[in-house]
Amino acid sequence: MELSYFAIIIGAIFVNNVVLAQFLGICPFLGVSSKVETSLGMGAAVTFVMAIAAVVAWLIQTYVLVPLDIVYMQTIVFILVIAALVQMVEIILKKLSPSLYQALGIFLPLITTNCAVLGVAILMIQKKFDLLQSVTYSVATAVGFALALVLFAGIRERLDFEDVPKAFKGIPIALITAGILAMAFMGFSGLV
Amino acid sequence: MNKLNIILSGIVKNNPTFVLVLGMCPTLGTTTSAENGMGMGLATMAVLIMSNLVISLVKNIIPDKVRIPAFIVIIASFVTIIQMLMQAFVPALYASLGVFIPLIVVNCIILGRAEAFASKNSAFDSVLDGVGIGLGFTLSLTVIGAVREILGSGSIFGWSFGISDFTPLIFVLAPGAFLVLGYLMVLFNKLAKR
Amino acid sequence: MKSTLLNMTAVLLGITLVASAGVGVVNMITLEPIAQAEQAAKTAALNEVLPAFDETVSDELLIDGMTITVHTASQDGITVGYAVETLSEQGFGGPVSLMVGFTPAGEVINVNVLRQTETPGLGTKMADEGNPLINSIKGQQLEQKKLVGGKLAVTKDGGDVDALTAATISSRAYVDAINRAWMAFQSVSTGEVPADAASGATRTSEPEAQEGGQNE
Repeated sequence: MELSYFAIIIGAIFVNNVVLAQFLGICPFLGVSSKVETSLGMGAAVTFVMAIAAVVAWLIQTYVLVPLDIVYMQTIVFILVIAALVQMVEIILKKLSPSLYQALGIFLPLITTNCAVLGVAILMIQKKFDLLQSVTYSVATAVGFALALVLFAGIRERLDFEDVPKAFKGIPIALITAGILAMAFMGFSGLV
Repeated sequence: MNKLNIILSGIVKNNPTFVLVLGMCPTLGTTTSAENGMGMGLATMAVLIMSNLVISLVKNIIPDKVRIPAFIVIIASFVTIIQMLMQAFVPALYASLGVFIPLIVVNCIILGRAEAFASKNSAFDSVLDGVGIGLGFTLSLTVIGAVREILGSGSIFGWSFGISDFTPLIFVLAPGAFLVLGYLMVLFNKLAKR
Repeated sequence: MKSTLLNMTAVLLGITLVASAGVGVVNMITLEPIAQAEQAAKTAALNEVLPAFDETVSDELLIDGMTITVHTASQDGITVGYAVETLSEQGFGGPVSLMVGFTPAGEVINVNVLRQTETPGLGTKMADEGNPLINSIKGQQLEQKKLVGGKLAVTKDGGDVDALTAATISSRAYVDAINRAWMAFQSVSTGEVPADAASGATRTSEPEAQEGGQNE
């Protein structure tokens, strides 16, 4: 892989933004993003889990699936690992740092079904990243996720006060807003 | 009549895309053309029917506390099976859907139907529910894909109108996915509430 | 059903075992068709970029750390062309892999896009017939083109390969893959390491011919 770390980071945050260009993690994007504060919490929780999941998934792929020649079990193994990981993070966080748990706790169960986590794990294997590149890529992706979430929440907080036509209320106007935001992010294409 | 209702409710009243707003990632990510949208819909439907069937059959032997992990294993297995079958028999479609095929695992529609329907109903009804919701999902994705393909590439199911030089490309790109889905949802709201 | 540690473990273990067995069986069943599908796609690509042939010999080269396969095609024992399976990792959406056909004299016969994940409607045009990229090189000898540092380049970078509209990155990846194919073609057709001018500054490893396998 010839990509430098800088290219990986800029690419994952801006150019191929996980939400606005790759369409991963749309459910929390539409569901949790009505307030800036909760978006920040969700973003932090996803970053945390994604970074750990990347390490674990990479280790499993390299030292278990490939040597045993059962790469076809990838999807099953990864989703179980992520689900178990989320549970463990929840339990450990509860014991070690109750304040952090207070802040991130309610978002953790939602992360198992956040397709961005599984998506990133599969993509980084596909891109043949090494361990450090994988971690860089997953953290940068998570930062891109948080960025999109926070920006979007900022817009939606204002939308609440606007007089939106009835048929557009809720999800439709959110999607159209996201479309315009995605257009803005297209300006980054060609950066790396 | 009742059986038919299970199928119909999946297409209109409980339409997974326009009403329940579930499974948004593949809905936005794979609908660059009518063919891709339809392929994704059918793949999801196949997994949904199989997982609904198996889960409704084994629901009585699964202890409550490990219900979700058990469901996930069942769903992930079917996804992997579909993935391998697609790679073998429709390699072109497999290549263009890419990472979204393994991601069927985390499609909230499938786990959602396992929880809400298959774990409470008979095997036959669960299969019908899978067919209904699956058809609803496939139809929605095909429509979105068709709209984006017509507007963005000037063709439908790869059949070109010969106007592709004049069509706004934005509709096949990322923003177009959000815009088309948003406006179609508005249209659905209008029509459904008439 | 009530949960006890025993039945939870037993059920989960049972389901996982059955599931893995099922997936394993399907994997065994589909192994052959998947290989066949890949082989069919490759044969189709070979036919598209080569004149009629009855035998191919494959050589694998390592260029820039990537494996490039050169299929030398012959008809009645006479070499009629070379098909190079090449790739670039600089695509917009991931690796771009191409099959490039050369005549023994070094003219580009045709290019077939084997695998790409570029933006639909923009970068994907590289696979269309008669797109600017293929038109810029088809039927031409690459050393006759305007080269930049001994390499083919898009007009934006000083070369004379027309890029796809609004898809410069995809076009660069395409040209990058063609360059690598060209290097591999030269080293196989002449049986020697290409001249410095063609190999460029970024090449890190020497192409080396490895055991030539036989395939249909």
